[in-house]
Amino acid sequence: MSKVRVLVGTKKGAFILTSDGKRKQWDVNGPHFGGWEMYHLKGSPADPNRLYASQTSGWFGQVIQRSDDGGKTWNTPDGAPIPTSGPDGTPQGVSNKFVYDSSPETGKPLTTHQWYDGTQHPWEFKRVWHLEPSLTDPDMVFAGVEDAALFRSTDGGQTWQELAGLRSAKGHLWQPGAGGMCLHTIVQDPSNPRRIYIAISAAGVFRTDDAGKTWRPANRGLKSKYELPDPDAEIGHCVHRIAMHPSRPNVLFMQKHWDVLRSDDAGESWHEVSGNLPTDFGFPIDVHAHEPETIYVVPIKSDSEHYPPDGKLRVYRSRTGGNEWEALTKGLPQQDCYVNVLRDAMAVDSLDPCGVYFGTTGGQVYASGNAGNSWAPIVRDLPAVFSVEVQTLP
Amino acid sequence: MIRVVLPAHLRTLARVDGEVTLDVEGQVTQRSVLDALEARYPMLRGTIRDQVTHQRRPFVRFFACEEDLSHESQDASLPDAVATGAEPFLIVGAMAGG
Repeated sequence: MSKVRVLVGTKKGAFILTSDGKRKQWDVNGPHFGGWEMYHLKGSPADPNRLYASQTSGWFGQVIQRSDDGGKTWNTPDGAPIPTSGPDGTPQGVSNKFVYDSSPETGKPLTTHQWYDGTQHPWEFKRVWHLEPSLTDPDMVFAGVEDAALFRSTDGGQTWQELAGLRSAKGHLWQPGAGGMCLHTIVQDPSNPRRIYIAISAAGVFRTDDAGKTWRPANRGLKSKYELPDPDAEIGHCVHRIAMHPSRPNVLFMQKHWDVLRSDDAGESWHEVSGNLPTDFGFPIDVHAHEPETIYVVPIKSDSEHYPPDGKLRVYRSRTGGNEWEALTKGLPQQDCYVNVLRDAMAVDSLDPCGVYFGTTGGQVYASGNAGNSWAPIVRDLPAVFSVEVQTLP
Repeated sequence: MIRVVLPAHLRTLARVDGEVTLDVEGQVTQRSVLDALEARYPMLRGTIRDQVTHQRRPFVRFFACEEDLSHESQDASLPDAVATGAEPFLIVGAMAGG
């Protein structure tokens, strides 16, 4: 029987939740890396036992962790036990070394971006928000970081190199949102390994068609009436999350700061599909594993009140690719609920019926084994949940 | 022999219990102690000082002999009591308040 493994990153550690395919009984394992902020954990599609994790601390900075046994044991990819030595015998502890490229060989990439006061400000590495393993190579993994940039490792996370061409896509105009200037979303096209989409707050969506060498903005159709002086600007939109169904890689769905949108032409243009949502502000968006027109969002009251409208935690589902939405409430708190669901905190499994999972800033992880028709908490009292990823295992 | 006390999170990361002991060649300074520490435990690189600039991370402090040495030069000699191993060199996570 199939199994499901849910990888949960929280403000104070990581947790691994496992169940059989019935998804009724769950084992909760953790905390791993207790006390550290775990921004994101994700497994390799090419080797489900290969997991990557971003471990951060306001005191001690960034650490990358890797597991090769499905989360039973973890190591810094180059740290302990000490497996590698440089030519002089020096240990090569560089798995947490994210250095922005400024070399002449790559065209001296930009070194400054827009700052709050209108001046230019140097790029400064702060943390890894999102790790996206390659669809085909367990040793290749992308990292989306703050200050916004994209890094890639081809040696299982031991060393990282920036794909600096991204910052040439008008990086001098990018600016931090309230949550920092972070690259939080990385979507790979399964039909074209040279095409990748990324999203940055607050810059927007960018696409490469040459495996990361060059990038261009993909924000036509986005409107940010209250956030930007030019609502149709090419750069500067606060995109919160984008999602794709692997069977239709030219169709993308977006939860923006305000507005839910879709693109039917690989990000060349976007149109709004907020429809009858009670509010179109929110963070996560995801797609049903078997129905490419079925999508999920969690409406949040507003940009200044990050909790569900009316104290009711409701996932909204559209079976029409947007515009027509239904509230999914069975099993979710419908009074006095004031949690948030962050951008990386929703995921789906690939069982039939499709499982949908999300975590809250109140520490609950909810699961639905019937595509959202009903929900039950797997666990209720974790630290604030930053991220939820799901692996469907044989 | 230099004795170094790590904060709990870094002991976990380095997989050590209690104090770390290091042999440091030549002058005993913050820099030479941290170089020796990171050479022994490469997973600590970047957690105490910046990988490139080697500047101390803002919320990390260095104490020894009941003194705060955080703002001393990285190349200043540490107290004799640290150099002889009579007293440990303390790496501390700063109080966060709140």
